[in-house]
Amino acid sequence: MSDIADRVKKIVVEHLGVEEDKVTENASFIDDLGADSLDTVELVMAFEEEFGIEIPDDAAETIQTFGDAVSFITKAA
Amino acid sequence: MFDLTGRTALVTGASGGIGAAIARALHGAGATVGLSGTRVAPLEALAAELGGRAHVLPCNLSDAAAVEALPKQAAEAMGSVDILVNNAGITRDNLFMRMSDDEWQSVLDVNLTSTFRLCRGVLRGMMKARWGRIVNISSVVGATGNPGQGNYAASKAGMVGMSKSLAYEVASRGITVNCVAPGFITTAMTDKLNDEQKGKILTQVPAGRMGEADEIAAAVLYLASAEAGYVTGATLHVNGGMAMI
Repeated sequence: MSDIADRVKKIVVEHLGVEEDKVTENASFIDDLGADSLDTVELVMAFEEEFGIEIPDDAAETIQTFGDAVSFITKAA
Repeated sequence: MFDLTGRTALVTGASGGIGAAIARALHGAGATVGLSGTRVAPLEALAAELGGRAHVLPCNLSDAAAVEALPKQAAEAMGSVDILVNNAGITRDNLFMRMSDDEWQSVLDVNLTSTFRLCRGVLRGMMKARWGRIVNISSVVGATGNPGQGNYAASKAGMVGMSKSLAYEVASRGITVNCVAPGFITTAMTDKLNDEQKGKILTQVPAGRMGEADEIAAAVLYLASAEAGYVTGATLHVNGGMAMI
């Protein structure tokens, strides 16, 4: 697994308090990992800080799953 | 009680009577305060009076870019913004039928839109800290209405609905959002009233007197405190019984 995926997973695990093995490619933050809408905003904030990138609101809306986050950040970072 | 040692507070409209009293109260409880306002001289004078733990942060709240920048400037000066008090407000009174779009818009911009922008600007830091206090200074006329103040009353009622909505969103993060709604308080804004107007108003105030800025500041201090952590989405009316709501 890539370095980016590891770092994203660490943020998700810490922030949502979920088991690491639940954070799979297609795991939806809201449907599978118990996030509420505010959690998703906070996750995006945390990604922005961790990777030093800006994630615009319209892009943030497309980040629904762990895989979405990793692929977006891989392109942006 | 109400120890704010180590906390940082941004107060808008600190050049005015109520704002200065709020800044003094928060500072007196140990907070570091960021004093914002359009007029620099009174802010400098207040900072000098307070001594340490006071930063002057001039800002014209009708300038959107300046409003966006203010939370960042405050965080740079103080390290964080734990407490935000949106106190700044203007009036442009006119009868409804004569009210211009400009009179309407300028009051909404300064009183409501800048409050929205400042709340948005401080939230990121508060969310990360899992602690925050936002106190928006509304007005009794936001609840009761007042002839000649359609714009002002709309802005102050708007603050209440906005604060409740935000309170819902961030309650789980340790952030509270409340309003304080002053009645008639002795300030430059009410000094403009003549004796006849004041006399008329006082007949509607069971307490039989105007309120003092310190009495608003005390309400803000409470809502900013750790002790008020379970109070959110509330409007604390401080009006001498003028409107018991």
